[in-house]
Amino acid sequence: MKRYVAIWFGHLLTDRLATLRPELLGKAFVLTAPERGRMVIQASSPEAVAVGIGVKMVLADARALCPGLAVFDFDPGEAEKLLAQLAEWCLRYTPVASVDPPDGLVLDASGCTHLWKGERPYLKTILERLQQKGYHVRAAMADTIGAAWALARFGNTGSVARPGGQLEALLPLPPAALRLESTVTERMHKLGLAQIGDFVGMPRATLRRRFGQPLLDRIDQALGTLTEHLKPVIPVAIYQERLPCLEPVRTRKAIEMALEHLLKALAGRLQQDGMGLRKAVFKSFRIDGKVSEISIGTGRPSHNGQHIFRLFTEKIGTIAPGLGMELFILEAPVVEELDARQEKLWNEGSAHESTEVGNLLDRIAGRVGQGAIHRYLPDEHHWPERSIRQASSPDERPSTKWPQTGQRPIYLLPQPEPINVTAPVPDYPPMVFVYRGKVHQVKKADGPERIEREWWLETGLQRDYYRVEDEHGARYWLFRSGHYEHDGTPEWFMHGFFA
Amino acid sequence: MDKKLKIAELQAMILEAEGFLPPMENSRQLNMLGPMAEAFPTGIFPMGAIHEFVSMDVAQVAASAGFISCLIGQLMQHKGPCLWVSMGKRLFPPALKRFGMEPDRVIFVNLAQQKDTLWVIEEALKCPSLAVVVGEIRDLDLTASRRLQLAVEQSRVTGLLHRYRPGRMNNMGCAARWQVRPMASKPIGRLPGIGYPTWQVELQKVRNGRPGCWQVAWHRNRFEYLEQLAPREQIRIKTGT
Repeated sequence: MKRYVAIWFGHLLTDRLATLRPELLGKAFVLTAPERGRMVIQASSPEAVAVGIGVKMVLADARALCPGLAVFDFDPGEAEKLLAQLAEWCLRYTPVASVDPPDGLVLDASGCTHLWKGERPYLKTILERLQQKGYHVRAAMADTIGAAWALARFGNTGSVARPGGQLEALLPLPPAALRLESTVTERMHKLGLAQIGDFVGMPRATLRRRFGQPLLDRIDQALGTLTEHLKPVIPVAIYQERLPCLEPVRTRKAIEMALEHLLKALAGRLQQDGMGLRKAVFKSFRIDGKVSEISIGTGRPSHNGQHIFRLFTEKIGTIAPGLGMELFILEAPVVEELDARQEKLWNEGSAHESTEVGNLLDRIAGRVGQGAIHRYLPDEHHWPERSIRQASSPDERPSTKWPQTGQRPIYLLPQPEPINVTAPVPDYPPMVFVYRGKVHQVKKADGPERIEREWWLETGLQRDYYRVEDEHGARYWLFRSGHYEHDGTPEWFMHGFFA
Repeated sequence: MDKKLKIAELQAMILEAEGFLPPMENSRQLNMLGPMAEAFPTGIFPMGAIHEFVSMDVAQVAASAGFISCLIGQLMQHKGPCLWVSMGKRLFPPALKRFGMEPDRVIFVNLAQQKDTLWVIEEALKCPSLAVVVGEIRDLDLTASRRLQLAVEQSRVTGLLHRYRPGRMNNMGCAARWQVRPMASKPIGRLPGIGYPTWQVELQKVRNGRPGCWQVAWHRNRFEYLEQLAPREQIRIKTGT
């Protein structure tokens, strides 16, 4: 026999806000969202409800009722998120908990209550704990989800319908307790059917003709003749392995053995679930209470125990064992699904080869940091400093072709360096230039190649680039910043070296 | 005749023992090198070996980087990506396209410390999926260079060490030592301006081979020889280095 608990949060969002901002406790406040050009109340605190401010009221009307009303923004997805968290929290009372939007939870309490010495203490514990969290909450227990739902919202809070007694518990409740649509309840109200007891005994054919099949289904669900299923929340699997030691260990070899043991277990689990870890943390608990932590990251999800072990071996030396370790924990806080397509790096070479390169990059990143590794892709800018961008992932392909026109130096100075030049006439390359105190005679030159500054990004002068070759055959990239104007001469800069 | 064959066989054995492995596949040769390859034993550019490049000033660094890019462009056609480990200057990837390379297939590792650089180079050389590893490192002792050579003999990765102003020109366990200097380019036809990238490539040391010096221009994805120069002693006097 099944037993269900329905929990109803009458003021879910406002209660949550009040726990975050204790100064709001005991005050009238509402959450609003724009709707057809007006601010409409989506949730109101118990104090606001007491003065007659309900959901779906326009904010201006509410302000007229209560001038000191505090108003906050309504976040549409928050209720679902909050309920999912609460459902997960409820897993301590039952293995099967589910979210009942928009403002409730349903727990399958079958076979759980004896641990709390009975159904009433069980329900009371849940209610008390939730009330301690600051929620206005009502709950009820019955054989069916429908009956528990009805009792939680329309019966006495904490009420427990005796097994098989859902019909008699439902009889005095209003029709809305059957989770009916508002059109149906309105019609019942017009017909004078104020309680479930007024119509539940009517012939089914009559009810179907008057109110449609959904009403019959709801009655059946509440009475238990039609089964209803829960969609339980599934908590996120935690990839963690623990290894307690009987005797404290302090040698490197022992730590390595512990790590290997844990890795084997973790890698096995990851492989089973088809997941790979992106980050792993290895914690060692010393007998004097200190914890040392080493962590590694991988460029792509991996469940290769050997590879992860190699990444860790670089860092084992930083663990200070002190008097010894008594507990080791290996965690994978970031895991991702393994994607077979990702195995290939840039769609060439075998999957094995690119995995090897990926593993190498992981090891380098583990030692010198991810920031040291770069890959560049072309970007659609002519301005030299912006013509390349960092690839965001090791697998990213260039979206545009590498530019073929315009020769570019093999080394580009990060900052152009000012040089002194002697140029014969405007728009001609210089004859002589002095770079870092050394005089270079220009023998050959190409240019100018004018590159305009991207005015939509920044302001400044354009550059006229010249490729020049000096008397030793070395080739340089120089530019003149701006035009020759009537006032003074423009500045020249060295910007790169050609091969 | 029989004797000659025997001697050739023995020579091949000695070369193998010294780290010059015979080419694995017949296709994997750098056929764009031209006469330069003749300087090496068996006339083939040794892949799976360490080459050393020495540069004394910024212009030579740029020229060496260009020459290295030409080699990499060829080496990467057969195999996976390239790792470029640098300490100071940062390469400007759009320029590499001109030397027959796909710039997005190069992974750059920029480091601050010599110790890390050596470690990264060694780890990379052990990874057989890479085609080439370029390491910009200033000084390296004989033991370290031998270790790198042993790593590439296993993995068959080509290692190119680029040394900028080395503290001292010590002996290294490398297959070859190169020095690339920029040269005044020849004009293209009767057009004014700068011609193709032109270098004077000097093979200062080569194990079991003949050192030499060549003047080459990079054009249409191959080297064009300007003129064959005399042995390097004469060049020394000429250029005054």
